[in-house]
Amino acid sequence: MLRIYDAQLRSRLLLGTARYPSPSILTEAVRASGSQIVTVSLRRESGGERAGQGFWSIIRDLGVRVLPNTAGCHSVKEAVTTAHMGREVFGTSWVKLEVIGEDETLQPDVFGLVEAARILCQEGFEVFPYTTEDLIVAERLLEAGCRVLMPWGSPIGSGRGLNNLFGLKALRARFPEVPMVIDAGIGVPSHASQALELGFDAVLINTAVSRARDPVGMAGAFAQAVTAGRSAYEAGPMEPRDLAEPSTPVIGKAFLG
Amino acid sequence: MRILINGDSREIGAADLSGALAELGYGSAVVATAVNGEFVPAAQRQAARLTEGDRVEVLAPMQGG
Repeated sequence: MLRIYDAQLRSRLLLGTARYPSPSILTEAVRASGSQIVTVSLRRESGGERAGQGFWSIIRDLGVRVLPNTAGCHSVKEAVTTAHMGREVFGTSWVKLEVIGEDETLQPDVFGLVEAARILCQEGFEVFPYTTEDLIVAERLLEAGCRVLMPWGSPIGSGRGLNNLFGLKALRARFPEVPMVIDAGIGVPSHASQALELGFDAVLINTAVSRARDPVGMAGAFAQAVTAGRSAYEAGPMEPRDLAEPSTPVIGKAFLG
Repeated sequence: MRILINGDSREIGAADLSGALAELGYGSAVVATAVNGEFVPAAQRQAARLTEGDRVEVLAPMQGG
């Protein structure tokens, strides 16, 4: 069981709700993933169309926990205000805190992130910060009151997997007790498996599932990959070697030359 | 008076945020509101007086990653 704040989770797969071909495919994908946490957002609502109300009804029927994000926020003030609005609408003090620093890579503005995290933690929010693998930023986020970290694998929506293995391993080793969710950049189930094999506690996937040819099938594939990766981590993977080592014993081999 | 609702200029008769939302068709919709960049909790909407040119944001649940 994975514990994040007050939640005890069987599933180590968090799923985003954006960019699915239809609401029914979103619903089926969440079920196929086994995910117990889905991310949601806030956008402008028209008094005439009220599109958000239908979406919210679908999400509530899923019976999973929601993690509201501050996607698209570029300043501390925007992110903090969006967090307040999300807390009221979604009825949760959880917030996936994103403060975006740059539009090409959607890289977090880690300075703004730490500042916003400090404000929100003091106000009683339970913050899930979208961050990089930087050790010092991680330390500052933990000092600010965050009890989980969400380092990126690679840029959001890029599907490039774990870009900086050395940095991610160092982060995992530096804070062994802190729950860590790889957020962003996972493209295929093997990337998710790799994250879990390295000892990361969970992964957050969106585009890799929602933009697959068959999102429901891909959600199931990710669920299996995450389970396999975690089992492998618990079983203790072998150390890689540079040279070959025969797996079949040499002692007792017949002399037939 | 004219105010900006989600970036669109609208003429409204109501003098407070709660009345404006009702007038604009939000009814019982689950929304969060901000006026001129400041969050206004649901419980404070009736007390939130609007003035000409105010920027009102009305946000609702939406898909997100």
